[in-house]
Amino acid sequence: MNPIVVENLTKSYRRVKALQGVSFSVRKGETYALLGPNGAGKTTTIEILEGYRKADGGTARVLDMDPASGGRRLREKIGIVLQATALEPELNVRETVRAFARLYPSAIPVDEAIELVDLAHARGKRVKALSGGQQRRLEIALGVVGSPEVLFLDEPTTGLDPDARRKIWDLVRSLNDAGKTILLSSHYMEEVEVLAHRLSILVDGKIRAEGSPLELQGQFGARATISFKIQGNGQEIIYPYGVRDKVREHQGWTYLAVDDPTPALNELTAWAMRHGFGLQHLTVNRPTLEDIYLQLTAKPQPETR
Amino acid sequence: MLLLFETFHQLRLFMRRPAAVFFVAVLPLVLLVIFTEIFGNDPVSAQGVTTAQFYTPALAVFGMVTACYTYLAVSTAIARDTGVLKRVRGTPLPPLTYISARVIAVSVIAVLSVVLVVGVGVAFYKVELLHHSLPASVVLLIVAALTFSALGMLVTALCKSSDTVIAVTNATLLPLAFVSEVFVRPWRELPTWMKWIADVLPLKHFSSAFQATFKPALQGHGFVWQGGDTTLAILPQLAILVAWGIGAAVLASYLFRWEPNAG
Repeated sequence: MNPIVVENLTKSYRRVKALQGVSFSVRKGETYALLGPNGAGKTTTIEILEGYRKADGGTARVLDMDPASGGRRLREKIGIVLQATALEPELNVRETVRAFARLYPSAIPVDEAIELVDLAHARGKRVKALSGGQQRRLEIALGVVGSPEVLFLDEPTTGLDPDARRKIWDLVRSLNDAGKTILLSSHYMEEVEVLAHRLSILVDGKIRAEGSPLELQGQFGARATISFKIQGNGQEIIYPYGVRDKVREHQGWTYLAVDDPTPALNELTAWAMRHGFGLQHLTVNRPTLEDIYLQLTAKPQPETR
Repeated sequence: MLLLFETFHQLRLFMRRPAAVFFVAVLPLVLLVIFTEIFGNDPVSAQGVTTAQFYTPALAVFGMVTACYTYLAVSTAIARDTGVLKRVRGTPLPPLTYISARVIAVSVIAVLSVVLVVGVGVAFYKVELLHHSLPASVVLLIVAALTFSALGMLVTALCKSSDTVIAVTNATLLPLAFVSEVFVRPWRELPTWMKWIADVLPLKHFSSAFQATFKPALQGHGFVWQGGDTTLAILPQLAILVAWGIGAAVLASYLFRWEPNAG
């Protein structure tokens, strides 16, 4: 049984349909990401799994328990990092971790949790004196101090500078290496690409695409684009037979959309050498996950005249 | 055990909030000194007690209500607004344990504040502690601590944000303290509507009963329904406090939310 299983989950707030039949499952030891813009339903999904809200329909199972009724037994086995920072500013780092550690039956030692998130140098510092990135790492320490089997990270790096973000990435990776199953939400493609084994792209309460970063690229970005500018020598340009029907010309550039760029390039360069054409600025582009993501999440633009 | 840890946790938070410490522990003392020095510590003719004998229990009441009602409501609302309550709800800590720890912590603070005020009254202003009515004082304190905590939680449950809670607790406690004869001894009859408000709400009942346990003229242990010019009776007021406490606790537990209000 997978530690997280979601089937056909639906949820509405008043008239807004936040989730419209979301299904996915997270395997043991996997880092799974929900990727999507604000309001896509990421937090709603995670908070249903954490037991904060009830779904209108469908099923959600965490460690084979219903999170809405799992109560204490479930909460002992999950770690939570909420989207918004929620710490008591008057306490210091050590006091904060200790206050959480004693709530869990199999907590790891307080100092170990602090070292894990690289806050050992700040253990006596008040929470209010910590930087945003340090506060976020402290919250991750609170999430893992009870040695949970499943860790929920709701936008762990939103609002942080690149350096702080990278530190949290390293931390998430090391937690995953240590065997934690992690459900992560993010609106940064690059973050998900680095951290997740598999991901869903969630838009308007529906999963628009699911798979590993590589699979998604294969699914949506299979075609590579070869582009160049022909430097002619007066001869008429007749493209080689193998690529002729794939050529598109635009403002002096030639574009070729192909499934496999290698034979196309071979044919193209041989042809150019034979006829004495130059292929200026020759490049091969594959759409990045970012392109796929932007394409899937793009709102239809209002038509302009 | 967990309850004990959580209570200490709340006490530690209180100690690190200077504004809270001032209003709960220092302000009643300051007022006691100011009032006693201004009015002079002579026996007041009508009641036959000194100024300090009147103000010590009154200001003890004020400190206690500030702790259990105002501080509890405001600190809980801030914890809710900042997501601390929501985060706690996601841990294995039973919700009732957490709320109980908050209530016990403010009750401990309240009792310490009372002990401080009474201690200063006894030490510097010749306030008499009455042995026969001491049990009645203690019972009143404990019941009132729970009642005003319940009211504090109710205000938090009813208000959307901590800003509103700050406004509501102060707007209710301060005028009520005047009307309920905590700050001033009325030298003439209060208007009927004022008396009516004070009689309906619980503060005056707590304050008058607690003050009565400091009146040397009143005899008896006080656990009787019918009092008189020479007999102490706190049961009627105690009953009103209990009724308010249960009503507020039931309503608060029904309305209480752990998550910040959106927007």
